[in-house]
Amino acid sequence: MDSGTSNGEQAAPSTIRSAKIVVAGGFGVGKTTLVGTVSEITPLTTEAVMTAAGVGIDDPAKVPGKATTTVAMDFGRITMGEELILYLFGTPGQTRFWFMWDELIRGALGAVVLVDTRRVTDSFAPIDFFESRSLPYVVGVNCFDNAPRYAEEEVREALAISPHVPLMLCDARRRDSVKRVLIGVVEHAIAELRLELARAR
Amino acid sequence: MERAGDDPRGALVRPYAVTRGRTEPQRDIAIEAVLVTTARGKQEARFAGRDKQMIASLCDGRAQSLAEIAAYTKLPLGVSRVLIADMVADGLLALHDPTVVRSGEDRMDLLERVLSGLRNL
Repeated sequence: MDSGTSNGEQAAPSTIRSAKIVVAGGFGVGKTTLVGTVSEITPLTTEAVMTAAGVGIDDPAKVPGKATTTVAMDFGRITMGEELILYLFGTPGQTRFWFMWDELIRGALGAVVLVDTRRVTDSFAPIDFFESRSLPYVVGVNCFDNAPRYAEEEVREALAISPHVPLMLCDARRRDSVKRVLIGVVEHAIAELRLELARAR
Repeated sequence: MERAGDDPRGALVRPYAVTRGRTEPQRDIAIEAVLVTTARGKQEARFAGRDKQMIASLCDGRAQSLAEIAAYTKLPLGVSRVLIADMVADGLLALHDPTVVRSGEDRMDLLERVLSGLRNL
């Protein structure tokens, strides 16, 4: 796992590629759990301070006298050999942080929108956002033990997502399940890129 | 004492004072961009102030992203970005920038490498 720590004296590879996948969804939907399930490090948190001017708050009156706001992002890391590192970033779910999301998704391979069937509306904001930015995403329905189960088609209808967007039932606590979702994101991104390249020809 | 090009920015004070109030980095750095301490950084970062010294030791022999550096140093992301951009400019850190504009083929190659990395998890 810590492939780089014991050989500090060796020359680092000349080019290290890093990539990221964004994990979005409402508060408490299991974003950090999902990240922690596959991350080689305990999920870390970084806080970004933003000025209100840059935040694009829907209604500035809701934060009277507040010039700055802090957004916490949880993230994890998967080192894939010496020259490739994948980062998973859990996004703040609140709609007022659009500005942060733009920075988060810049260069992202794709995204997961994690859904709790008890609070489906929480996923509307990230879905709208990824649609508007043409970022490939898959919907992961996190199957909580005590939540009612719905058929895939019912969830798809409730979220009003187009048929080409993959929807997967998952368990954010299970490594195999999370791995499958992430593979789904990358496969979907590959399919979208193929279409884009074909159109460009 | 050597202070990275006689630049007083290495002075030890608190966030955004660390950067002398500058909130704009010398260059943009993506949150997932990774950094590795250079040979020069190993020698000279200890003269660049406590925060830069801490960053140089974090990235010594192991690539760390801007996000990781901010998390481990407990510095705000924006402050870390300014400090790291300075260190890159001073040759103390090597930046591996993932946001360089890539061809479609190169993006496909990256996606396929990540896919096979995930399958091997």
